[in-house]
Amino acid sequence: MDASVKKVKFQKYLSSLKFALYCISHPLDGFWDLTHEKRGTYAAANTILALTLIVRVMKLRYTSFIFMKVYWEELNIFLYIASILFPLLMFVVGNWALTTLFDGKGRLGQVYMASCYCLTPYPLLQFPLMIFSNFVTVEEKEFYMVIGGLSIIWCGLLFIAAMGQIHEYSAGKNILFMVATLFAMLVIIFILMLFFSMILQGVSYFISLGKELLFRL
Amino acid sequence: MKRMIKRIGALALGAVIISGSSMVVCAEENYTYNYDWWGDVQGSPDFYTVTGAYTSVELGLDKNLSSPRGLFAAGNLIYLCDTGNNRIIELEKVSESELEVVRIIDEFKGDVENTGFSGPTDIAVSEEGDFYIADKGNARILKLDKDLNYLMQFDKPVDSTLDPAAIFQPSKIAIDTAGRVYCVASGINKGLIKYENNGEFSGFVGATKVRFNWTDYIWKRFATQAQRDRMESFVPTEYDNLYMDYEGFIFVVEGDQEAEDLKANTDSAVRRLNLLGNDILVRNGDWVVYGDLYMGSGGGYEGPSSFKDVTALDNDVYICMDDNRGRLFGYDEQGRMLFACGGNGNMDGYFKKPAALEHIGTDLIVLDSMDCSLTLFTPTEFGNLVYQAMEQFDAGEYDASEASWRRAMELNGNYDLAYIGIGRALLSQERYEEALDYFEIKYDADNYSKAYKQYRKEWVEEHIGGIIAVILALFLIPMSIGKVKAIKHEIDVADIFRR
Repeated sequence: MDASVKKVKFQKYLSSLKFALYCISHPLDGFWDLTHEKRGTYAAANTILALTLIVRVMKLRYTSFIFMKVYWEELNIFLYIASILFPLLMFVVGNWALTTLFDGKGRLGQVYMASCYCLTPYPLLQFPLMIFSNFVTVEEKEFYMVIGGLSIIWCGLLFIAAMGQIHEYSAGKNILFMVATLFAMLVIIFILMLFFSMILQGVSYFISLGKELLFRL
Repeated sequence: MKRMIKRIGALALGAVIISGSSMVVCAEENYTYNYDWWGDVQGSPDFYTVTGAYTSVELGLDKNLSSPRGLFAAGNLIYLCDTGNNRIIELEKVSESELEVVRIIDEFKGDVENTGFSGPTDIAVSEEGDFYIADKGNARILKLDKDLNYLMQFDKPVDSTLDPAAIFQPSKIAIDTAGRVYCVASGINKGLIKYENNGEFSGFVGATKVRFNWTDYIWKRFATQAQRDRMESFVPTEYDNLYMDYEGFIFVVEGDQEAEDLKANTDSAVRRLNLLGNDILVRNGDWVVYGDLYMGSGGGYEGPSSFKDVTALDNDVYICMDDNRGRLFGYDEQGRMLFACGGNGNMDGYFKKPAALEHIGTDLIVLDSMDCSLTLFTPTEFGNLVYQAMEQFDAGEYDASEASWRRAMELNGNYDLAYIGIGRALLSQERYEEALDYFEIKYDADNYSKAYKQYRKEWVEEHIGGIIAVILALFLIPMSIGKVKAIKHEIDVADIFRR
């Protein structure tokens, strides 16, 4: 009984992972089904995100130096991973925070799931591209550039399509809210910076207070 | 560009986590250094070493040198313009580190009013031994024969664009093999003044481009006449010095430039002019030819390197002299930096205000106008190896060049050119696979691609059988599987086997 439940769950996971391929080739249909037909799972979304991060980190080492020169001395792998995770998180939160006020049907988790599904073309194209990069010369640079650019543009278009389907927005409203999300992200950054500097100020106030006390005692 | 990528990357990373982490730039002070692909300073063993520093005392002169400005070397003879004392001193380099005064030239014979010099700033000597002297204070360029008899003089060019009231102040001169004279004159910004060998002015060569920026231009549009007069006008700048190389091309340098112009590549510190005055300097290096990459203030000096003289050796290496930080920068024919050395100071090999640079063979002579001294440099073992490796490569002795580069690499493991040099030597020996590693380690994408292309071609040619077999297999196996299945199906459904 237990084993069969596990098997069913695993089957569901596999099919939801496979569904990512349908999503990126039929975005409108795919992202509608993703949430409305419950074809997607968080496990698959997390897998895709993890794959994206792994490919991004692997690219550092295994891309030919012709295309990617890494200054290892100043590279911080955690910061490098955060440079994807943090904007993604901000996008998800910013998008949800905005759309929930304007009839957006997507929930926070669904926005996250769809966003992760949108990243699929990145590992899918970048991984073979990374291997391919080691077999080309400077003159054949364009192939790499075009395919690399394509993977990013594809991801971008998927994001737009996905958000429209999840929130059940019309095209115009969708575009408007994508732009608004960018501003929301800026606001989040601003508030975070404000928050951090306030905390710092507060902490330093108490530290100096403590120091003062120690001097007087 | 590359530094920008690096900076943007660093910024992006920094922006993600807002907590401030201070980056400490650790620049160890080295006398000789070079830049790697990233623009980081890499310390280097000395490329040139001082063999002697000479003031009037060491030379045994009757009076001290006074703000000497000009230097010329021909064979073993060195001519030094003792500008403040209105004389020219002829020296002979008798051995590696010994200079001897041959004669002191302070007047000449001839049927002219003034047979002395007034602040001579430069001298050039032709192959026949004729002297060309930029007699700046007397507004003339003199041509004397080797016994100091007056032959002719070159006066202010007759040109309608020149202010007739302005005094002609020739400061630097160079001559070509045909006896034509090229001159840099103070206050003339139209390029080099060119005289035919009969003394006739024949035009300006290689004017610098006029540069202006848009914000200044727009400001000027709105400014009143009085304001405009006080603003800097958009005029081409003057060259500071020139050098006729052995191929007859003229190296010109322009010091005191704005850091923005150099960085944006709208202006160049060094040019190599052909006869038409076009810049033909090769700039294939990782970095632009403008000396120090870091222009911030430090040790009381700031701004970009200010090249005030240049000299080109016979092996296509040219060396520029920076009077801002008192450094010498050597570049090869591709514009890659060979070495940077020197600094401001009192020790041997450091300068106060270097004014002129010359060479005898591969030895360098630097004239310091404030310190009133001559400094003689000779290449070290490392320097000689690099020169030797380059010359061997040019001569087609690739295995010898490879060996020299390898020895240079042993002396300086941070020397990018050694790795690339070995790679190029291997490439020329058709040892492509080995060459790849050397190019990759120093980010030489162009040479890497050249080697890789050949390597790939060879690999494909060697494995052509296997490749065709794999491709055929890819087509044939699925096809044959389909065929077999079809036949099997036929058999299975065939009536005769049905029972």
